Amino acid sequence: MLDCAIIGGGPAGLTAGLYTTRGGLDDVIMYEKGMPGGQITSSSEIENYPGATQRNLSGMDFMIPWLEQCQRFGLKHEMSEVTRVSRNEDATFTIHKSDGSTNTAKSVIVGTGSTPKRAGFSGEDKFFGRGVSTCATCDGFFYKGKEVAVIGGGDTALEEALYLAKICTKVYVIHRRDTFRSAPNTIERVKKTSNIELILNASPQEVLGDAMGVTGLRVVFKDGSTRQVDAPGIFVFIGRDVNNQVLIQENGSFLCEMNDAGEVIVDISMNTSVPGLYATGDLRIAAPKQVVSAAGDGAVAALQAIAYVDKISHH
Amino acid sequence: MGKYVELTASNFEEITKEGVALVDFWAPWCGPCRMIAPVIEELANDFEGKANICKVNTDEEQEIAVKFGIRSIPTILFFKNGEMVDQMVGAASKQAFADKINALL
Repeated sequence: MLDCAIIGGGPAGLTAGLYTTRGGLDDVIMYEKGMPGGQITSSSEIENYPGATQRNLSGMDFMIPWLEQCQRFGLKHEMSEVTRVSRNEDATFTIHKSDGSTNTAKSVIVGTGSTPKRAGFSGEDKFFGRGVSTCATCDGFFYKGKEVAVIGGGDTALEEALYLAKICTKVYVIHRRDTFRSAPNTIERVKKTSNIELILNASPQEVLGDAMGVTGLRVVFKDGSTRQVDAPGIFVFIGRDVNNQVLIQENGSFLCEMNDAGEVIVDISMNTSVPGLYATGDLRIAAPKQVVSAAGDGAVAALQAIAYVDKISHH
Repeated sequence: MGKYVELTASNFEEITKEGVALVDFWAPWCGPCRMIAPVIEELANDFEGKANICKVNTDEEQEIAVKFGIRSIPTILFFKNGEMVDQMVGAASKQAFADKINALL
């Protein structure tokens, strides 16, 4: 029986792993299907984590020491995909894995994060991986010296547009409004970059492509007019969907209370509606979706889990 | 211990022409590629003698990447007797990759 099972190896899960093990829980496993690090490892640059002041620090380089630090205190990383967490009659939890095996745990901290949202335009799914991408650091390389389109107007879209502008001859930023939801200095940098063209009040309508992949994109403006953008690469950054699948039970209901957006309802201490079950990071309601807040959630949940395990072990 | 095979333009055909091969197109700067790196290593061990588990560094082997129209990494291609029969884009679990290989064996 594990003291605590941590589902997900992003900043929330890793911090929960550090705090639970350092705080005295003996048997703690963090489940992550591959190398831990989370979504931030796909970011070209992190400049808003306090103390991380190194110039051009990539998300991947930033996350490398986190696992090592946790393992120093005894956190075990199991490279399995968790399919479901269920609750037993004795109030313990069962962790179901994709290979069919299970573990039981006294407490569970879920930090499964989120996945980039698809925009839903025609051809997006068909050409995903063949011109349509959600990772500029991964795939920008394939468009060196070419033109690309970025869909979205938030922080991620603009930061990644700036990254792509260094590699590509031209970056079209396609945004459905005429104002951006991003840090003022990021907007300023975008506007000052000569090879970024803003296409505002416009939405992607259809991907144009052939057997080899994307060749361009047709966008539609608010007034109904259209424009063809000839760019072989389309990068979509329009927000994220939370990964709540592990909480879905066999009968289709959720293990704990959720909101309509599929986010877990937690209190200020990351308690869910089920005792011993905590939700952290992007998965929870009102998540700021920042590395620093996900890490904070992991620490808060870990302290709760330690107290909970201590309480049930002495009764 | 099984080990994955590093494919280059010179050995690609030879390694993939017979039997089942998984080929992981990756690059050092790619976060999701790094995420599945230990998964590929485990697969190489699990399928030793049964399937060739291979990697192509797209940074160094651009010719192969262009040949297969790779535009996103990680892209994982599955070959049977030299023919590309299936593909996956993005990070996935070991189980998901193993299922694809087992279906081809």
